[in-house]
Amino acid sequence: MKIPYLLSIITWLPALGAIIILFLFRKGREGAIKRFATAWFGLDFLVSLALLSYDRGVGGFQFLEDCEWIPIIGARYQMGADGVAVLLILLTTLLGWIASLSSWEYIQKREKEYYVLLLLLQASVLGVFCAADLFLFFLFFEVSLVPMYFLIGIWGGERRLYAAIKFFLYTLVGSVGLLLGLIKMYFLTQDATLLAAVTPATKALVAGVGNDAALALLNGSLAEAAAGGTGTFNIMAMQALGSVIPMGSMQVLLFFAFAIGFAIKVPMWPFHTWLPDAHVEAPTAGSVVLAGILLKLGTYGFYRFNLPFFPKASIDQTYFWGGAFGVRNVMVVLAIISIIYGALAAMYFVVKRDGDVKKLVAYSSVSSMGIVMLGLFSLNPNGLNGAVLHMINHGIYSAALFLLVGIIYERRHTRAVDQFGGLSHVMPGYAAVFLAMAMTAIGLPLLCVFISEFLAMRGAFEANPWWAGWAALGIILNAGYMLWLYQRMFFGNIDNPKNEALRDLKGREWAYMTPLLVMSLWIGVYPKPFIDFIQKPVAAIVKHVRPDYPVTPAAPRAPQTAEKR
Amino acid sequence: MFLLQASTTALFDTADLKLIAPEIILSLCACVALVMEVVLPHRLSRWTGYFALGAAALAAVSVVALGWPMLSGEGSTTLGFYGTVKVDGFAVVFKLIFLLAAALTVAVSLRYLDVEGEQRGEYYALVLFATVGMMFLASGYDLIVLYISLELMALTFYVLVGYTKRERRSNEAGMKYFLLGAFSSGILLYGMSLLFGVAKSTNLGDIGPAVAAAASTAQELGGLSLRPMVVLAMIALGAGLFFKIAAVPFHMWAPDAYEGAPTPVTAFLSTGSKAASFALLARIFLEALGGMRVDWAPLLGLVAAVTIMVGNWAAVTQTNAKRLLAYSSISNAGYLLLGVIAANEYGYVGLVVYLVVYTFMNIGAFGVIIALRRRGIAGDEVDDLTGLGQKAPGIALMMAIFMLSLGGLPVTGGFIGKWFLFGGLIQRGAAEGKSWYYWLVAWAAFNTVVSFFYYVRFIRAMYIGDREADARPLSLSAPLRTALVACAAFVILIGVYPQPFIKAAGAVAGALASGALALR
Repeated sequence: MKIPYLLSIITWLPALGAIIILFLFRKGREGAIKRFATAWFGLDFLVSLALLSYDRGVGGFQFLEDCEWIPIIGARYQMGADGVAVLLILLTTLLGWIASLSSWEYIQKREKEYYVLLLLLQASVLGVFCAADLFLFFLFFEVSLVPMYFLIGIWGGERRLYAAIKFFLYTLVGSVGLLLGLIKMYFLTQDATLLAAVTPATKALVAGVGNDAALALLNGSLAEAAAGGTGTFNIMAMQALGSVIPMGSMQVLLFFAFAIGFAIKVPMWPFHTWLPDAHVEAPTAGSVVLAGILLKLGTYGFYRFNLPFFPKASIDQTYFWGGAFGVRNVMVVLAIISIIYGALAAMYFVVKRDGDVKKLVAYSSVSSMGIVMLGLFSLNPNGLNGAVLHMINHGIYSAALFLLVGIIYERRHTRAVDQFGGLSHVMPGYAAVFLAMAMTAIGLPLLCVFISEFLAMRGAFEANPWWAGWAALGIILNAGYMLWLYQRMFFGNIDNPKNEALRDLKGREWAYMTPLLVMSLWIGVYPKPFIDFIQKPVAAIVKHVRPDYPVTPAAPRAPQTAEKR
Repeated sequence: MFLLQASTTALFDTADLKLIAPEIILSLCACVALVMEVVLPHRLSRWTGYFALGAAALAAVSVVALGWPMLSGEGSTTLGFYGTVKVDGFAVVFKLIFLLAAALTVAVSLRYLDVEGEQRGEYYALVLFATVGMMFLASGYDLIVLYISLELMALTFYVLVGYTKRERRSNEAGMKYFLLGAFSSGILLYGMSLLFGVAKSTNLGDIGPAVAAAASTAQELGGLSLRPMVVLAMIALGAGLFFKIAAVPFHMWAPDAYEGAPTPVTAFLSTGSKAASFALLARIFLEALGGMRVDWAPLLGLVAAVTIMVGNWAAVTQTNAKRLLAYSSISNAGYLLLGVIAANEYGYVGLVVYLVVYTFMNIGAFGVIIALRRRGIAGDEVDDLTGLGQKAPGIALMMAIFMLSLGGLPVTGGFIGKWFLFGGLIQRGAAEGKSWYYWLVAWAAFNTVVSFFYYVRFIRAMYIGDREADARPLSLSAPLRTALVACAAFVILIGVYPQPFIKAAGAVAGALASGALALR
């Protein structure tokens, strides 16, 4: 609360940086441009640290901003972030800085445009996490496609044109579904009878108990929607409305309209096929942002919109086939298939002689995001806490792995597994960092992924032991291919003479790997501060989706279990 | 009947002249432009162009002065000339769109005609006369007036399409457009005659209730139901109008005419002429045939669905930029039809906002293609844009904005237009409880993704890859540059802050909702 318009500052700062580079730097001054851009990303990260003042005891949306924008359709410029968004914003600003620093040598042409686009991408993604108005959210969500398209298309690998257009169109298909669902949802907010049915208890729950500012904003939005007949795009208002939309074909259709938009972004099997192509062709920094942040837009969408907007559909297990299974089962089955399929596909790229390491990491992302989805649809505090924490953790370790792959690619200009072997002899530092990150990915205790996978699995187990069982199979496969990969790349003798003179990590590379290592260890050893941020919002969502579920916010269960291990 | 009365008393009330003041101004200016061509030496022909710009501005001022009550929301409709001319919010807003399109067209033409060696004042006079036709089309409230103004517009366009007479493609395009256009006008006239037969009047205000009565088979003539007759009239009118807006299956002329015509004329044809045809279509379907919405809504829905598909999927394989934009224009006709099908406030606002944005982005896109036309370089292939991002970053950025807006990406005006068009259809589906509206909107929305495939091709050519198509600088002039910047600025402005535009578009919605009969 100390800094006014904090979220707007964080969001628009990168855009301002892009404008500065565009107009104040001449094309030839690559060195100055990359230093300025990186410093600017660092500045944005420092500013975003102010978000740590988020009041964890209250929860709900904080740092609220509200400004008139298009009154005729009820769209307002509203910003706000809950604990989950705060963590994701911090992750984004950190990874943005890392992505910029990692591109200094990788990017060798058209540097000015590159850093401008990277900054614009950062601004649009931050806007997605900061928006408290669905219309605003959708604008940022869509606009983020354009810079990413250019990043893949201009600085990508061999098949960059194909990968870029595939990424662009594939995501657009999802966005179109999201758009239609969004329009319909907006029209529902014009329905006076529905609005009147929202209970004060629901409003208090959505806004966060004790969060007066958010409650005032919510009430204001609802009142305005009811008075003018224009409806509202306020996310909290729509969440509150979600509790009174009757279960039926409309709720289910709306759920899937939103779900298609986010599932493609996540990506869940069978909508994942754009991801390996995009990752393989994207430059390292593009992959870092793509895996670390853009995929989170999908899971964040599920967390922020699908669950609270359509609580009855989210929990439903009887809608299809005469009560045999429901919407929730569909999502869980897709999540489990994603986990196992992603792991198996990743394993294929170790077994294959010239398997691409980047492709492997890409498929491991599919698997990891499956765990997030499973945790979300466990619909209990443990599952959701685990899912949200896993979003952060995946952002840390997949970004690190892509950076590591990028480092070796800069030196050898290949990513095929069979080109390497015995790297630990020539690059001990690199091997150590890679090991730490591979162990993180596997879920070794004391490293961050263990906590989140454990919580998500426990949540899944509470919901249905079979779900946890299938997911565990995927996690074992994960360990399998990671260890196998490490063995093939780093152990044994150097059998390829080209690898004999490879340089170990440089100072700049250490500089951007260190924060990720520290974060991995920190969350792994002492996750409480992070879980504190997300616990209240998560408990509110569980309560919203399952009003009868025994959630006791006063006695937090999740951190305790985590600490006990 | 009104005209018969007119011969017995005074010809018309002179106070009515005020209602058509913008048209009178524009007609006089067009005549002056013709004289200027004779009087001025050839090297000063450009001055006729600047004069035409001034004429459009003057007419716009007069339209705003006349229509301010409607624009500011206290709508008052005025009928004049025995009910044949109706000045309402609908007419005022559409007239402004036409004048905007005409002004932008003149601005992008000035340099192009120099390059072509066809700089003559009569070109500008023709553009102004076409605009007069369009403006009467928006305010005409009588079948005869509407038909005559349609022909005024169409005839000038036949000439304009074939304007570069030394170019064979232009001649071919003009001939094709003329033959098919004349044919479709005939069909349209046939439909109008049937309407006259049913209603015994040419005035839309009389036709509306008569058609509503005939369509519900309440009225009979000599023991025969009139319903088949009005259905036939509806189909004939529809066929004629589908030709004018280039909707499938009457779209075949558009790619040839668009490709062959001089590029500024293509721009004018795809915006001004299309907007005018939509004004006519809205007047006829919503006011004259408003009573048989149940019959025409599925017909228009089917046509819109097929048009959107054919336009988008055919554009994918094109390599000529003008031809590609012709198919894009066909698909956009389909999107605009959604607003008429929805026939509610959201749909009308969508129709108007989208037409405004479409005018900006399409003339902008053609303006960039015009800038690529230099002596010896045709510049109308998509490939000619290669490397533009390096050579002319500003122009390339504007082209990228136009393309993303044509696709409908948020933050551009195209998104706002599509938002209202889709929203109107969803509202209509909920109001009537029919699922085909939802299927139609889903189909239309899905096809926007297809459209991005070819719009992005322009962006890919401009930015991705290090090759440049040619090293020669673009042919830019101050008016062209100004027009492009204005187009890009408005596309972004409408995307970011659409409030005033939506409000102005609401004037149309108000006029149609009050004028249309039995819409619900």
